[in-house]
Amino acid sequence: MNKCVERIYNGIIKENPTFVLMLGMCPTLAVTTTAINGVGMGLSTTAVLVFSNLIISALRNIIPDRVRIPAYIVIVASLVTIVQLLLQAFVRSLYSSLGIFIPLIVVNCIILGRAEAYAAKNGPIESAFDGIGMGLGFTVGLTSIAIVREILGAGAVFGFTFVPEDFRITIFGLAPGAFFVLAVLTALQNLAKAPSATNGSAPQSALACGGNCASCHGSACMSNHAELEAIREKAEAEAAAKKKAAAEKAAAANAAGQNAPAGRKE
Amino acid sequence: MSKLLNVSASPHVRSTETTQSIMADVCIAMLPAAAFGVFQFGIHALLVLVVTVAACVLSEYLYELATKRAITIKDMSAVVTGLILALNMPADIPLWIPVLGGIFAIIVVKQLYGGIGQNFMNPALAGRCFLLISFAGKMSSFTLDGWSGATPLAQLKAGMPVDLAAMFLGKIPGTIGEVSVLALLAGAAYMVYRKVISLRIPVTYILTVAVFAFIFGKQDMNYVLAHICGGGLIFGAFFMATDYVTSPITPNGQIVFGVLLGVLTGLFRIFGGSAEGVSYAIIISNMMVPLIERYTMPKAFGKEGRQS
Repeated sequence: MNKCVERIYNGIIKENPTFVLMLGMCPTLAVTTTAINGVGMGLSTTAVLVFSNLIISALRNIIPDRVRIPAYIVIVASLVTIVQLLLQAFVRSLYSSLGIFIPLIVVNCIILGRAEAYAAKNGPIESAFDGIGMGLGFTVGLTSIAIVREILGAGAVFGFTFVPEDFRITIFGLAPGAFFVLAVLTALQNLAKAPSATNGSAPQSALACGGNCASCHGSACMSNHAELEAIREKAEAEAAAKKKAAAEKAAAANAAGQNAPAGRKE
Repeated sequence: MSKLLNVSASPHVRSTETTQSIMADVCIAMLPAAAFGVFQFGIHALLVLVVTVAACVLSEYLYELATKRAITIKDMSAVVTGLILALNMPADIPLWIPVLGGIFAIIVVKQLYGGIGQNFMNPALAGRCFLLISFAGKMSSFTLDGWSGATPLAQLKAGMPVDLAAMFLGKIPGTIGEVSVLALLAGAAYMVYRKVISLRIPVTYILTVAVFAFIFGKQDMNYVLAHICGGGLIFGAFFMATDYVTSPITPNGQIVFGVLLGVLTGLFRIFGGSAEGVSYAIIISNMMVPLIERYTMPKAFGKEGRQS
């Protein structure tokens, strides 16, 4: 069970999808106008993420590698449809204010990213907890952005208005405000030296891709990596052999060259 | 050692111009417009000017202090930003609004991008647009002598006649600095005389607006002149579009920039929803500057024929 707690901590703090991985920027910037929207979007995504991770992880040995992305999309899209219908039935106001962004959860890169990076390689229970952690991390990210934007732009918290209309800065309710708030919150996180996509806390590697296979989107990468290593070793061995041969040849020629003038001298 | 034997590295001939002297010239050039604004709109306009400049200088000082950078408030660039921003305000604005705009202009638009010379758009105008979007009502209600009235451009848009002489002298509602074409032209003449600005950007800008208004608006001399004298066109063309950091440095690029500004302003004014569009035209064109410079870079002598 310790592994499961670690997954949740990882999702909320260490690899927070909004502030550290910088994934799912489209809903992050678009729906965070009010705190309610942020919480609603975050929790809907969490629900989809938990079940998609669970199902994909359970089916990971059945899904052929070549068609895994379409298979994942089918699973995710079915789950999103369920969530959409539930929202429409029970929380009508949230459903109408989130609008097109609920169907768009299908293409949210957090969901496909976790499916590729974690669920396709790990067991169902850990994957489900990874989904909970990532989903809650996303919810925390969206809600903190949304609270700041709602206070500055609409003078309210969770719909409770407390700033007079004269002092509201409307731009924070519009798209530019989302960029300002996201940038400032990420900068504050950088200042606190929390792990972030921009402060170099990702592990260093000589590989061009960074070598961080845990957060890599291509599962073909590992086998590619091994193949590339093998090819490189072979090429190095060949080059070394060639060099050796050339050196021998040169030495022989040198010896012959030395012999020739000597012969002429005689 | 005697001065004669003291050998220094080139360049040996230096201009006496400094950032500070240029910025001071720009400030002096804005004084007639500012003075006219204070004369026309009263003591509150003076308060707006002082408070905005103070907010800009102070936020630059505090930010540089907090981030342990060299303090650059002596180069007067923050004063110019504050002055431009203040002259773009309606005279009866509550004082905290221009303060907020000044902080945004200096910290977000100028300092976060690296300070003087690094900002990608005109800080004062970005601050103004920030305020214009946030406080649309307060930023676009203009009063004159206690009467709140439509600006000449709004009248023009509604198809009403305008008084050209009043527009030239400045007896019209508008922001503090944009109303008097006469005062602005006096300042602009000073800047041209001191060679602080060249006429390429302002002249192409104003001519393009005139041609655009003539073609797509009304084929009437009064209408075209009203478009030139109305709103922030003269102020924007001479004082804001010519900002060194955010306008092209290549001569041909400056002409392209002026035409682009004119077309955008014309589009916003004649086909857009609001009566004025100079601010948005300038900050949008600011962002096109790297592209313009790239395609208008002059070829060095001797390299004209070579394909790059």
